[in-house]
Amino acid sequence: MKKTIGVAAAAAAIALSLSACGGGSTASTEAKGEINYWLWDANQLPAYQQCADDFTKANPDIKVKITQRGWDDYWTTLTNGFVAGTAPDVFTNHLSKYPEYAAKKQLLSLDDAVAKDGIKLDSYTKGLPELWVGQDGKRYGLPKDWDTVGLFYNKAMADSAGLTAEQMANLDWNPKDGGSYEKAIARLTVDKSGKRGDEAGFDKNNVAVYGLGLAGSGSGQGQTEWSFLSATTGWTATDKNPWGTKFNYDDPKFQETIAWWAGLIEKGYMPKLETTVGASLADNFGAGKAAINTTGDWLIGQYKSYKGVETAFAPTPKGPDGKRASMFNGLADSVWAGTKNPAASVKWVEYLGSTACQDVVASKAVVFPAITSSSEKAAEAFKAKGTDVSAFTTHVEDGTTFLFPIADKAAKVDGIMKPAMDAVLSGKKPASSLTEANNQVNDLFK
Amino acid sequence: MMTTLTKQQQDPAARAGLPKAGKTARKGRLRRLGDLKMALFFIFPAMIGFVLFYLVPTIRGVYLSFTEYSILGDPTWIGIKNYTAMLGDELFWNAMGVTVQYVGLNIGFQTLIALGLALLMHRVAKSTFIRGALLLPFLVANVIVALLWFWMLDYQIGIVNEIINWMGLPRIAFFGSEQWAIPTIAAVNVWRHMGYTALLLFAGLQSIPNHVYEVASLDGASPTRTFWSITMPLLRPVLVLVLVVTVIGSFQVFDTVAVTTGGGPINASRVIQMYIYQKAFGESDFGYASALSVILFLILALVAFVQMKFLKGNESDLD
Repeated sequence: MKKTIGVAAAAAAIALSLSACGGGSTASTEAKGEINYWLWDANQLPAYQQCADDFTKANPDIKVKITQRGWDDYWTTLTNGFVAGTAPDVFTNHLSKYPEYAAKKQLLSLDDAVAKDGIKLDSYTKGLPELWVGQDGKRYGLPKDWDTVGLFYNKAMADSAGLTAEQMANLDWNPKDGGSYEKAIARLTVDKSGKRGDEAGFDKNNVAVYGLGLAGSGSGQGQTEWSFLSATTGWTATDKNPWGTKFNYDDPKFQETIAWWAGLIEKGYMPKLETTVGASLADNFGAGKAAINTTGDWLIGQYKSYKGVETAFAPTPKGPDGKRASMFNGLADSVWAGTKNPAASVKWVEYLGSTACQDVVASKAVVFPAITSSSEKAAEAFKAKGTDVSAFTTHVEDGTTFLFPIADKAAKVDGIMKPAMDAVLSGKKPASSLTEANNQVNDLFK
Repeated sequence: MMTTLTKQQQDPAARAGLPKAGKTARKGRLRRLGDLKMALFFIFPAMIGFVLFYLVPTIRGVYLSFTEYSILGDPTWIGIKNYTAMLGDELFWNAMGVTVQYVGLNIGFQTLIALGLALLMHRVAKSTFIRGALLLPFLVANVIVALLWFWMLDYQIGIVNEIINWMGLPRIAFFGSEQWAIPTIAAVNVWRHMGYTALLLFAGLQSIPNHVYEVASLDGASPTRTFWSITMPLLRPVLVLVLVVTVIGSFQVFDTVAVTTGGGPINASRVIQMYIYQKAFGESDFGYASALSVILFLILALVAFVQMKFLKGNESDLD
């Protein structure tokens, strides 16, 4: 029975992707016809629809059809599309995915277009355009936005715990005792009888509000979970970035960081990993079950939308090196190598990467566009909405960002690191077990 | 599957008659050859489907299992390397263990409950409405059922945990804890499939002629005795078929896992189909995933063979 359903679902999926890919079969050298564009973030759809409308107004021969798919389906549908020849002409690409696609020759190199059309790469925020240059030295994407990580906290809870915005913005952390960051987390944890985490008689088995929320173990990158801590110890995920081939999960600095973090569960300051399956970090925050969440700036809008909860933002704590740190991740738009309409596709990518479109995105105040001037406009748009985003922009201003670890075989690394990190976080194995996982990861590159 | 089953139930005696027909077959050989064209004509449409959607993919899958293939690009022949790698692959053995555990729980409870329901349908609940209602969970798509229970069993906001909490018991992370993940997934699928399985068994019960029960009651047999000496032996052919079909289906559990735990926590619910999917579509290792599928295919063929052989599913005690 299950098989029949699977087949039917596959057939339906094929039919869907076929119908989604009608058109686009016009001339290949001229920039006209219909192109398909995919993205995964529903919050950004209105902004890009606006860009598409403006683009068609300026280029009446080209129509852009935008399809939004959730993150989980996005990548498998895309891979299937590459094979079946139904992939979108242009799509939003991610740093963890593009190396594989580039290696398998699924992405169109944009070097010629950049040279011919005089794209000013230095108008983008420093460091972003280089992320999209593959191992072969070719450029596979034009940056569209960037993100950093920060502390999202419940202002009312912080007030009643006696923590000022000033204090929250100046926390420090170390892997030994957690510094003032752990003290704040403990203070914000409240058990069912109203005792705080740093008070005598605190019942860690009956916690009403956790000081720190938990999304998951963070797999091998821990972008929003732990990377902003581990980076302040001087640890890096790979020997070099991008294109590292040796991973450092066996480093004591990393394992101490993870051990400290996982220890918060034992202390009752953070929920157990098993409770996070199927749960939403943000919704639990909205429901008042956690006081602090560490997450990325792309969720500002969602956290601001919870009724009855005032969310405030603080930068990540300063680490042993006396500095803050945040992973710097950026998305880009790439052109599929199999597109029937490369000229129009490249034109659309260039428009997406232009000030005209990125200013439109900025005005909606959902993300920070890659072009520096547009990014400043976005910060103003956030301010106009009453949101102070300095917690996120400070990393860019102070140069405390570090890059998302770009490496080949990301899916396989993830396949090893996710269960390994889950095991540590659920208390089943000690942090030292990550050395064994690291050996497995490094064996992939031999 | 459905059609074969009903056919057998409608006319159990027809199967017994088949060998006799075979003995007189030689006489009619000429006439039979004449029928061949017509037979081919009727078989043709089904044959196209079989060749196109079963035979060719199977052969291609077996071929791919001897290659390294990332779907984008061409497969490279690597001999039996995928199979030898499997022997040392802890995750593969873990997946097999998890799958067997799931099948045990799923089939055990599902068959017992379905048999109980079938007996109730046969003896007590004669209303078509109630009989139909039992089938309702089966009419909902697998993924929907999985998501529905995923929400109802949620740790924080699920109604089941709210009730558990209200009774003063500690909340249970049904899908989140290693101990609970597989039993929970098995239970969800038992809930969905028991009505359907019960219906198949109920059809089997109806094919047992009434007169054997009359004789049994004339002889003064107790209900328990009647059940074990009349109902069970006569239900056996149907029961075996149901078992073969459900065991095979159970081994192929995927959707419920995929939309809930995704194989976690750690590796606790990474069933073999999930592992195949992860290897193929997650890690673009289609060669290795094909090898895993071939092994699964062989295991299922063996399981079906053993079940038919030892439970004598192709014989009826009715003759």
